[in-house]
Amino acid sequence: MTNSIHEIAGADFILAIGTNTTETHPVLSLQIRKAVKEGAKLVVADPRRIELADIADVHIQHKAGSDMALLNAMAHVIIEEDLYNKEFVKERTEGFEEVVEAVKECTPEWAAGITGVDADTIREVARGYARAEKGTILYTMGITQHICGTDNVLAIANLAMLTGHIGRENTGVNPLRGQNNVQGACDMGGLPNVYPGYQRVDDPAVREKFEKAWGVKLSPKVGLTVGEMMDNALAGKLKGLFVIGENPLISDPDSNHVIEGMKKLDFLVVQDLFLTETAELADVVLPAASFAEKDGTFTNTERRVQRVRKAIEPIGDSKPDWEIIQMLANAMGYPMNYSSPEEIMKEINEVTPQYGGITYERLEKQGLQWPCPDTDHPGTRFLHEGKFARGKGKFHAVRYVDPDETPDQEYPFMLSTGRRLFHYHTGSMSRRAEGLETVYPEEYLEMNPQDAEKLGVQSGDRVKVTSRRGEIEIPVRVTERIQPGLVFASFHFRETWVNKLTNSARDPKAKIPEYKVCAVKIEKVS
Amino acid sequence: MSDKVTLTIDGQQVTVPAGTTVLQAARMAGIEIPTLCHDPELTSPGACRLCVVEIEGMRNLPASCVTTAGDGMVVRTNSPDVIEARKTIIELLLANHPEDCLTCERTGQCRLQEYAYHYGVKGDTFHGERKQFPIDDSNPFIVRDMNKCIRCGKCVRVCEEVQGRSIYSFAYRGFDTIPATAMDTPLAESECVFCGSCVSVCPTGALTEKMMHGVGRSWELEKVKTTCPYCGVGCNFDLNVKDGKVVGVTSNAEAEVNGRALCVKGRFGYNFIHHPDRLTKPLIKKNGEFQEATWEEAINLVAEKFKEIKQEHGPDALAVFTSARCTNEENYLANKFARAVLGTNNIDHCARL
Ligand code: SF4
Ligand code: SF4
Ligand code: SF4
Ligand code: FES
Repeated sequence: MTNSIHEIAGADFILAIGTNTTETHPVLSLQIRKAVKEGAKLVVADPRRIELADIADVHIQHKAGSDMALLNAMAHVIIEEDLYNKEFVKERTEGFEEVVEAVKECTPEWAAGITGVDADTIREVARGYARAEKGTILYTMGITQHICGTDNVLAIANLAMLTGHIGRENTGVNPLRGQNNVQGACDMGGLPNVYPGYQRVDDPAVREKFEKAWGVKLSPKVGLTVGEMMDNALAGKLKGLFVIGENPLISDPDSNHVIEGMKKLDFLVVQDLFLTETAELADVVLPAASFAEKDGTFTNTERRVQRVRKAIEPIGDSKPDWEIIQMLANAMGYPMNYSSPEEIMKEINEVTPQYGGITYERLEKQGLQWPCPDTDHPGTRFLHEGKFARGKGKFHAVRYVDPDETPDQEYPFMLSTGRRLFHYHTGSMSRRAEGLETVYPEEYLEMNPQDAEKLGVQSGDRVKVTSRRGEIEIPVRVTERIQPGLVFASFHFRETWVNKLTNSARDPKAKIPEYKVCAVKIEKVS
Repeated sequence: MSDKVTLTIDGQQVTVPAGTTVLQAARMAGIEIPTLCHDPELTSPGACRLCVVEIEGMRNLPASCVTTAGDGMVVRTNSPDVIEARKTIIELLLANHPEDCLTCERTGQCRLQEYAYHYGVKGDTFHGERKQFPIDDSNPFIVRDMNKCIRCGKCVRVCEEVQGRSIYSFAYRGFDTIPATAMDTPLAESECVFCGSCVSVCPTGALTEKMMHGVGRSWELEKVKTTCPYCGVGCNFDLNVKDGKVVGVTSNAEAEVNGRALCVKGRFGYNFIHHPDRLTKPLIKKNGEFQEATWEEAINLVAEKFKEIKQEHGPDALAVFTSARCTNEENYLANKFARAVLGTNNIDHCARL
């Protein structure tokens, strides 16, 4: 997020697009409620009538996968009606002409045809955002999990730069990160192209710095993403895989493809709390300790680094992940001798500029938001104040493309996937939390009454859902909250293994799979 | 008009911003005034009147939580009249309160109990009628015992003002008034999302955490502040620990991101920690079956295999899936392990999912 969670409450215009905030970020959604209570205008753009839409001024129920058309049409209106922030565009950005060119044809009427949203509604929302004093945009996977995910994000950035809604308190571009420490995993170099602190592996100066810090020669070659790892495993090029605390069999798209890939490996090691679906395929399983059994830090969606504190001893012979990794490094002949996570943090401070001043001593008193380059730095509540990290903000000409799969005669429905309030990710934790499982024991497929009638099904009836990649059985819940032609289910449940259906077609830039839409057919199971 | 006012509380001069309540002003000066219906994060109805004080020139005893501090005010928080008024209020509350403090989950943390003790009220002055509400434990998380409700209304307000849900409103009249769901259905049949905010503000044993029933007395529980392992909001809370076991989660008002608010996963989703499915030993697959192994065996085997693959096929035949669930320190080590030990940049995690 460019801003902090509490700053949302101070915005006067919120566009929440592709985020089912009340279920996926429940406590953060309280800040949205607060803003609305204090008079902010809330626009929710989501193909489903999610709970947040109930308190919104406007709910844009656009077709799944048509976000780009909507965003570009908003840019069109803002430019066309001369509502853009000329001073900001002139002083702080470059590439304005390219956007003008790219969105010239994107009239609200054009977008109406693609999104199914009334042209005047698009105009009204664009004007509202442009005229707001403190406009902010919130989004999550609804925007990124598409083949055009990166472009969607750039289209959002274009809007923020056109209007100058960035780099100030309460106003910015705010992707809400899903998992507890997904921000930290990225910050710490859990990515194939960058070392900790987003320092590129193919930059010789950076590499040299890490070679010195770690005392070995390092590879200049950018590594494989998760999806590419699976492709390479299938192709027999990837032989050994070490999976730490992930369950890609359930969480990754096109599960059958993932299963085949995993089986093809010569050697699979899985380190986890439980014998997950992925662990069942492993050659060696290493028992890891839970968050309650170790010290450390997590970084939340607003870049705030906070302490995790050990409350109990590891269960059985399990060990914290850092200890296990250290044992393995030593066994492979690379000495690691950290006595505690705090000592690891000291090394992080040295090699990660954004984390330079984040020490355990300071964290004892309060969390710190990076960038925090040194121990006198108070941390950073919002980014891009006065200046973008890269100097001038760059506009990008981005264009609408159809989703990789669109409904056709054989597969007439669009399937979209997401999360539920009562569960989390692949369910390995939440489904073992007794109460959560009692309240929400089973997944269902949301379907519009019109479609249900056509298929002759009612809530509770089981249907078979088939895509080009697999099939599952799942009970139906008939609801007005979803538009005709679209069905929705979460991926938390192995009994209704939704990712057997999803498409692994990936955004060519960010390599994010297109979870949000794929084409399926649905038949009643008698 | 000045933006500051100066008043005297119990003989002490206090200067506070204009608009501050007498209660806040007293607290700023370190003077404690008992409250039941007031909560700093919620609106104040001025309903319970336990916070009454004496202010010179005012005829009745005003409730300090809804009285704005005025310049030159002279306030007494513990005059005999004030003490008497408070005792009466507590006596009336106790008159129809169940007398099962011995087994009540809130014992030790109950405000009513605390104030009764402080003011020496035994609860034998009035013998009121006892209430006969059925206990609602229809859901796995929250037990509602309305016989213990003192009608402070905090649950009603937190649900409406913070959660924006308005699950409860006051129902029934007079003696039987209680906060109830629409049509007084059990919570399980309402639209409640089990965030537990109402439990965290309830001053008595009327709302309690079901899973914490019987696990230990509040003073036996060690509290360890930590960060939620579920979503990216990063709420903080206290793990409650007894005898080396996590027995509950409670709000920590000092949590920067969330204050006392949590969602159902953070507050009630901790049971996986001690779940019998937890892996307790390394496992090595032999002939398609997992067999328990020592750490030494398992680590050596993994190291051997990785070395072998690296030698035969090069470092890029190896890859690491790191985790959005592990700590920063662990992700840092996983990144170092992949790049410096295995010698490959093949490291990624489910960020894109
Ligand atoms: S648990 Fe949350 S939603 Fe349910 S009644 Fe209490 S405050 Fe309201
Ligand atoms: S249930 Fe608790 S919080 Fe609600 S009115 Fe009764 S005593 Fe107050
Ligand atoms: S308590 Fe709920 S909202 Fe807060 S971090 Fe945990 S899962 Fe997210
Ligand atoms: S606390 Fe002031 S009236 Fe209840």
